[in-house]
Amino acid sequence: MSDIGYLDHSKEAQFGDFVALLKPRVMSLVVFTAMVGLLVAPNPVHPFVGFVAILFIALGGGASGALNMWYDADIDRVMRRTKGRPIPAGRVTEGEALGFGLALAGISCVMLALASNLFSGLFLAFTIFFYAVVYTMWLKRSTPQNIVIGGAAGAFPPMIGWAVATGGISLESVAMFAIIFLWTPPHFWSLALFMKDDYSNAGVPMLTVTHGRRATRKQIFAYTLILAPVAIGTAFTSIGGPVYLATALVLNALFIKGGWTILRRTEETALEETYRFEKRYFYFSLLYLFGHFLALLVEAGLRHFGIGGW
Amino acid sequence: MAITRDSDMHKRRFSRNMGLGVVLIGFVALVFGLTVVKVQGGSKMEAFDHQPRVSALPASEPVEARPQKVAPGAPVGGTQ
Repeated sequence: MSDIGYLDHSKEAQFGDFVALLKPRVMSLVVFTAMVGLLVAPNPVHPFVGFVAILFIALGGGASGALNMWYDADIDRVMRRTKGRPIPAGRVTEGEALGFGLALAGISCVMLALASNLFSGLFLAFTIFFYAVVYTMWLKRSTPQNIVIGGAAGAFPPMIGWAVATGGISLESVAMFAIIFLWTPPHFWSLALFMKDDYSNAGVPMLTVTHGRRATRKQIFAYTLILAPVAIGTAFTSIGGPVYLATALVLNALFIKGGWTILRRTEETALEETYRFEKRYFYFSLLYLFGHFLALLVEAGLRHFGIGGW
Repeated sequence: MAITRDSDMHKRRFSRNMGLGVVLIGFVALVFGLTVVKVQGGSKMEAFDHQPRVSALPASEPVEARPQKVAPGAPVGGTQ
């Protein structure tokens, strides 16, 4: 062994660390919703162009994830949940993450514009800007409503998918945006109720900390009420149909009912049951979103055979 | 220790190098695939480049009616 053997190489970044910077789990939601947005659009897209478009939308989402990890490295070092991320663990430097994020953001926007149209490329650039600058740098540390506005960044992918096919924005793509946008607060706050994370130590204002758990429960229920008419109303646009309407009615009834239960529960009961209901509600919220978009996809598939829609 | 093929560094960075190689080859394949699809789909592969080119004009317009503003020696595109 030579003298360089004394250096600690266990902290050298592997390929997987750069993949981890892209937040692959968030990416899977982006891929799914962008794909639905693209497939339900009235204009057909060549399958390969569609594949490339979704790939680069996902890569753009990954780029904003890397930029988020670069900027939030100080918070990530403090919180238990995020300590293992590549930057706090010391395997990737902050500069590497910044360069990686910026390069991928540029590549993904240019490639999306070349593969589909300029509007989609610009829309993706705006989405990355919104997540990295408006949410991460500005709102996340300044207001407990951070995830409400930040949810918009996660709600843009189906609109970008739609823009890939149509080159623009329309009522249907705004409806898909609104569903994810209004779904984010109850989804995330139900997580905040049982994930007793150390956000306050990290200086991130979370609603559960700033306004208390009671207020958070009220907000969750309020958002399910606002979300329901939007989600059900989408059934009457050109991408909706009977299958979607039936799905939306069932899922929204369950979501509101769950929100009501969350509202009525006291902290003592929740603590006694180790937040069992809140956890179930959180997982149901994932199913809720998946169900709506899957139903939209089914309607598009049925329309292909001339039996979907109204 | 010399940086030979089987040096320690090569072993440590194998996954990174291999991953990057696969990504780059994949990117080339994507661009090639896109090119094939765009050409097969009949996308307009030619556009105005500083001066009007006959081959890039809409087919419906009579070419003769347009005044020729081609610089001396500049290549002129094919007729419609």
